[in-house]
Amino acid sequence: MSQATLVRPPQVRRAIGKRRAAGLAILFAFMLFFYGPLMYMFILAFANSYNFPAILPNEYGFMWWAYVFNQPNTLVSITNSFLFAVCSTALSFIICIPAAYALARFQFKGRKLVMFLFLLGNAFPKIGMYTSMGIIFYRIGLMGTFLGVLLIHMLGTMMQMIWLPAGAFRSVPRHLEEAARDAGAGPLRTFFKVTLPVAWPGIAVALLYAFIGSLGESVGTLFVGLPQWRTMMTEMYGVILDFPATAGAVFALLLIIPNFVLLIIMRKYIGAETMAKGFKMG
Amino acid sequence: MSMLEIVNMTKLYKTGDGVRNINLTIQEGELVTLLGPSGCGKTTILRTIGGFLDVDGGDVRIAGQSIIHLPPEKRPTAMVFQAYNLWPHMKVYDNLEFGLKLRKVPRQERARRIAEMMALVKMSGMEQKYPGQMSGGQQQRVAIARSLLLKPQVLLLDEPFSALDAKIRQQMREELRKIQTDLNITVAFVTHDQEEAMALSDRVVVMNKGAIEQEGSPQDIYHRPKSRYVADFIGEMNFLQLADNKVLAVRPEHVQVSQGKGGELDGYVRTIMMLGHYIEMTVDTDYGIVKTFISDEQARQYGRGDAVALRFNRRQEYALD
Repeated sequence: MSQATLVRPPQVRRAIGKRRAAGLAILFAFMLFFYGPLMYMFILAFANSYNFPAILPNEYGFMWWAYVFNQPNTLVSITNSFLFAVCSTALSFIICIPAAYALARFQFKGRKLVMFLFLLGNAFPKIGMYTSMGIIFYRIGLMGTFLGVLLIHMLGTMMQMIWLPAGAFRSVPRHLEEAARDAGAGPLRTFFKVTLPVAWPGIAVALLYAFIGSLGESVGTLFVGLPQWRTMMTEMYGVILDFPATAGAVFALLLIIPNFVLLIIMRKYIGAETMAKGFKMG
Repeated sequence: MSMLEIVNMTKLYKTGDGVRNINLTIQEGELVTLLGPSGCGKTTILRTIGGFLDVDGGDVRIAGQSIIHLPPEKRPTAMVFQAYNLWPHMKVYDNLEFGLKLRKVPRQERARRIAEMMALVKMSGMEQKYPGQMSGGQQQRVAIARSLLLKPQVLLLDEPFSALDAKIRQQMREELRKIQTDLNITVAFVTHDQEEAMALSDRVVVMNKGAIEQEGSPQDIYHRPKSRYVADFIGEMNFLQLADNKVLAVRPEHVQVSQGKGGELDGYVRTIMMLGHYIEMTVDTDYGIVKTFISDEQARQYGRGDAVALRFNRRQEYALD
């Protein structure tokens, strides 16, 4: 083949160039939309001083990092955040996994109603629910207690741990369980050796969502926990209200780190298919 | 010695479907096929033997012992399903080892038995594969191996080859039959494929709507079908309605064709179709279309519209229902 045939005529080249340019422009716009705020936050976190109309900070440095870490409540709030996230996720796992299995495998009256009720709890504006819960918590002395805050967090994590795992269990072929029984395993061993491992991708996603959800819980914790129990999210409210945006940016970055790490670890489990399975009502 | 006895067993679902008053005995080393269309209750019977369904009445005995009160893990049976037999998160070796570990077989012995079994099903070398990395046929081989490792007194096979390609299915049938006779295993085999039932079985049990319609050797079932239902379900059959409320049933290979007129039934050639090692010719008669199987040479003598005379070498008669 001669060299000449490989070179495209100029008008074709121009047309391709235009289309590619348009595509790049759209991609850039999207990137800016999704990641722009994140980038900006990132820049702000490393600014020592910043005045509003300017786009970029006047001076860079770690001043606000030092400030945030020197706050007496910062480390406590980080510890608390993880404490609540771990406890609420673990507890809802223990409570919800058997329930999810029952919902997936056994036909009983009101099965769909139960599934729906779990969803309903999350359909109302949270603040209204927290208010009524607050009233009850006052009566029974749960205000400002660890258990009180934990219950608030579990309100969210339990829904995650019912719906996605129920879908994951439903997608485990029954024959796999029957084959295990046939081979000599009792019901419990069958569940732990076959059902749970096969359903694990869906359950891992649920754990991730529950954990991230708990880390991000703010309104209920503010309501029930303060001032005894502070988490990173509730601290952030204070920081944003009292200090310049740069301190808020540092805090926000700190909040993103655990979520980011979790997403990286779990990325092999997170796919459209797993998600879709979780939300089938069947 | 009778290995499996099903005595007056009934299992009904809420919908009213199920099986009623089933009586069936399988001898030691015998391969018996439960044959019927979907919904006839054949899988229901198999699942009551395996322990996956409770019976509503009657008894199921293995080697003389009633097993109906035992859960599946306590029964001396092993079952292979149509699909989803192997645990996808375990390698082939771990799949095979699972049951042996539960039976507290020592490690060395486990390895020896697994190697032996893998050789028997011609799967040696695949031990470290995951089920997802194997073809459907290979998976079914491993599934059968896993069941055989448990040394069941009765092996239950629920359409194990139905999801496979025709060629592989054929091959698997032959190998299963060989292993079964070599090891003298007692097998209850469920299928909707009459050809498979014929090819494999010592005895065929034809089922219809939750009851046993006929049981007998493949030859019996094929040549002496007791009812029109069995005659229709097994193989190809011409049904000719006679005047006195009777139906005449003739297999296409039992129709003798000659040129001209003066047969038991006369007609005209309708179609001639090449089907490989034989020719299918259909003939228009006063009693409807009659299908015949003839040889290639014979077929050359006929053309569409030719007058032909038909005689029947063998026939069955049934009352019109």
